[in-house]
Amino acid sequence: MTTSSPADDAAARSHVQLRTGAYADSVTLLQVSKDVAATDGVEAAQVAMATPLNLDTLVAMGFTLPETGPNDMVVALRLAPDGDLDAAVAAVDAALLAATRRGASGEAQAAPARTVTSALRRADAGLVLISVPGEHAYVEAMDAVDAGRDVMIFSDNVPVEQEIALKRAAAASGLLVMGPDCGTAMVGGVGLGFANTVSPGPVGIVAASGTGCQQLMTLFDLAGVGVSAALGVGGRDLSAAIGGLSTRRAMDVLDADPATELIVVVSKPPAGEVADQIHAHAATLSTPVHFALLGAGEPDLTHAAEEVVRALGHAPPGWPRWGDGVGDVPAGDGYLRGLFVGGTLCDEAMLVAGETLGPIHSNIPLSPDLALDRGLTARTHLMIDFGDDSLTAGRAHPMIDPTLRLAHLETVAADPDTAVVLMDVVLGHGAETDPAASLAPAIAAAIETARSGGRSLPVVVTCVGTAADPQGLDRQVRALADAGAVVHASNAAATRHAVSLLAAVPTTGDAR
Amino acid sequence: MTDLITGEPSVVAVGADLFADAVAAQSVPVERVDWQPPMAGTAADLATVAADPLRAEANARAVAAMLEVQAGLVDVRRAGELLGIGPGDFLHAGPPITWDRASGPMRGALMGAAALEGLVEHPEEAAEFFASGNGYTLDPCHHHSAVGPMAGVVSASMWMFVIEDASTGRRTYCSLNEGLGKVLRYGAYGSDVLDRLRWMSKVLGPLLGHATRDTGPIDVTAILSQMLQMGDEAHNRNRAGTLMLLRDLTPSMITSGAPTDDIADAVRFVGGNDHFFLNLAMPACKLALDAARDVDGSTMVVAMARNGTDFGIQTSGTGDEWFTGPAQVAEGLYLGDFGPDDANPDIGDSAITETAGIGGFSMATAPAIVRLVGGTVPDALATTRRMGEITLAENPRWSIPVLEFQGAPTGIDVTKVCRTSILPQINTGMAGAVAGVGQVGAGLVTPPVEIFPAALAALAARARARART
Repeated sequence: MTTSSPADDAAARSHVQLRTGAYADSVTLLQVSKDVAATDGVEAAQVAMATPLNLDTLVAMGFTLPETGPNDMVVALRLAPDGDLDAAVAAVDAALLAATRRGASGEAQAAPARTVTSALRRADAGLVLISVPGEHAYVEAMDAVDAGRDVMIFSDNVPVEQEIALKRAAAASGLLVMGPDCGTAMVGGVGLGFANTVSPGPVGIVAASGTGCQQLMTLFDLAGVGVSAALGVGGRDLSAAIGGLSTRRAMDVLDADPATELIVVVSKPPAGEVADQIHAHAATLSTPVHFALLGAGEPDLTHAAEEVVRALGHAPPGWPRWGDGVGDVPAGDGYLRGLFVGGTLCDEAMLVAGETLGPIHSNIPLSPDLALDRGLTARTHLMIDFGDDSLTAGRAHPMIDPTLRLAHLETVAADPDTAVVLMDVVLGHGAETDPAASLAPAIAAAIETARSGGRSLPVVVTCVGTAADPQGLDRQVRALADAGAVVHASNAAATRHAVSLLAAVPTTGDAR
Repeated sequence: MTDLITGEPSVVAVGADLFADAVAAQSVPVERVDWQPPMAGTAADLATVAADPLRAEANARAVAAMLEVQAGLVDVRRAGELLGIGPGDFLHAGPPITWDRASGPMRGALMGAAALEGLVEHPEEAAEFFASGNGYTLDPCHHHSAVGPMAGVVSASMWMFVIEDASTGRRTYCSLNEGLGKVLRYGAYGSDVLDRLRWMSKVLGPLLGHATRDTGPIDVTAILSQMLQMGDEAHNRNRAGTLMLLRDLTPSMITSGAPTDDIADAVRFVGGNDHFFLNLAMPACKLALDAARDVDGSTMVVAMARNGTDFGIQTSGTGDEWFTGPAQVAEGLYLGDFGPDDANPDIGDSAITETAGIGGFSMATAPAIVRLVGGTVPDALATTRRMGEITLAENPRWSIPVLEFQGAPTGIDVTKVCRTSILPQINTGMAGAVAGVGQVGAGLVTPPVEIFPAALAALAARARARART
């Protein structure tokens, strides 16, 4: 007979170790945490670098943390009642070793390069791909620029003054900097970062937005139009501070490419004078330039894709939709809740839905007064971008690590104020190998949660992908549709569908 | 640039393995960087220095200036005459130090030198003399274009090699090597030690001086190139270099007209001292590194030196400022019954060889001495490759056959040390901690970690100051 409460008991089974000086990237640690959590005798496990966000997550999981420094690795374990701490720690060690071990070879191999400069001495690579934590990305990127190489920076949280310095240095050497926070590129037929597999073709894309680029590429693919190259420039490139340095360079590169017949620039509407400069630059090129600018009063991305398809002499297809499940059952009273992994898809959904619903609250709000608090909740229509910098510091992007979004889906489903859920799924290289494997059951559970509360909960999903993507578009949309979701290829169409399902459209903000 | 989208793609990837894996899965060659966070507290300074518009060009200039230097042995003369020092003036190894902070071997060498110069009758009496703080000066060799191994003590009556860069006329100096065991530079000061020093000043120095002037400049840089292909790394192994020097000087020694017994003694002494050439390798390295000094914005290390208490570095972009921390005790093998408790912390200017890319940096070329630290031949290869991670260039003259004639990793970059946490690897002798004991062993040592972030901070401060003006 025990007198301790369940909470005390859980605390007694919780163990936290600090490993100062140990380091592994967030993706590796995600895999390690998963492996350890799946070990017998372990109830929960989180192995993470001690960034503020990860520390918050650990505290939220109920762990009590000692004083940490940013270079500490935190090993947090909650044992099952019969769990053994030594066995759990051994599982951590084994998982870390397995995750960091390179392909074992019989021959003694030279130790790997430790800096980009050193790697470029060993391999005459044309492009440097950087995904180290943001505060360290600039130094590695300058190695690439010093060596005369183009560079793609996946990392976010790079200080803007470092972005300016980097792009100026690159411009002086005639080099292209894709990023920072560049999620997507395709060069020489190779997808970099998060990229869909598409056929070669006449369209060259310059993208200040990763998922915006992916939406265009996948819609072109469905329309039978191929892509010559997709060059990311980073979300801030067209801001007044950066002045479109990479955008202009990328346009020049595509203009010089004989395979590119048409250039599409996808971005939020640039700052006034930058917009003028970019349009003026476009006028100097021999290749026609289309702009897909995502903002109030601008056409949505699907519309922009259709215009490009038409400009190339094709008729746009009807964009596909899969499943009906409970998707067409009108919802009860309440709000639209959007849970996104793609920032641009979230932006576009807010713009499209906003036409009908009015202002929408978000962690990436269209205007500052619509910002959500840290808890990401409000009794309004709201849309959350789980890929935003504030939610990815020290942890993997939600296209890789769905944990935060899945947890939030559960919360949203249990909230009687939620009338309709809108989500995105992004396939392609770099993304989870099978996103539907965890999302489909979570959607089914969300629908069931609402049903048991006497509500119906339509779930509408945009799936950005192609048949040739490693995850397979068909397999993914079928699994999601079977779970009860309605799935669209077009994010704009999915959003309009979700809005149409709201029973009565309450005005947002202070409606209650 | 259009190669980016039309050429055969190939990628260097740094960061999350996932992205490298995704590229590799598309049958594209990927060179991966094993990235680790930089030393604690250096991220902002690293970014500042990376953004310094002078940096890349400054480092290229510093490296080029260093590699251009051709070091020739042109003369051997008395220190008093060469450096303008008198009987009460003493030079020592490493960054500046005073008697009260000096280690056992440093004190022992100073005591022996005081007796050699006749300031005291017996070395033991010199402790009081130095403690008084009066009647003498104490200054780093490095502040006088000179270097000295171990304690590095130079006094007026000692003889020194003169190394010159013919194209500029710049010179550096180093004392003559006394051999191993109980010798002044390891802190021994017995009568045998002082007798040997007197013979070196009376017989060896003048003979070498005559032979050098008679033979003409001896290309020390070229001998270094050759010895690196003959199993010497020119810090802990100088056997081939010593014999090549002897080959070049012996004819003029024979025809010097000096007594044949003296000539025989001199040839026997040089030939029997495998480390004799070290005292030519060191000033040749200093001559080359001094050419790289004072380039604004350069993050290259131009001196690493230890005085037995402190380990100090200087960088090209920070003038004469020393960045110091506590000297470490080497790991290695001990002579006779000596053990780790008997060893003094790291001492000597000889780390100038590593600063220039030989010694520990070229360990791969000297497999014969890898056992000195219980190491293996693969360890030696790995060490040289690892030093390539923290250096700016490879020295095309100093090539290493076993690494497919790769050049010695040359020009330590403070930023790369801070980024990788890889410390320069130094081969060294170990002095006894107690004055008068002499050598107790030899092994490997690294600098104290903290001096590199300190140097980086100073480089960053200068870069910020330049950016403001």
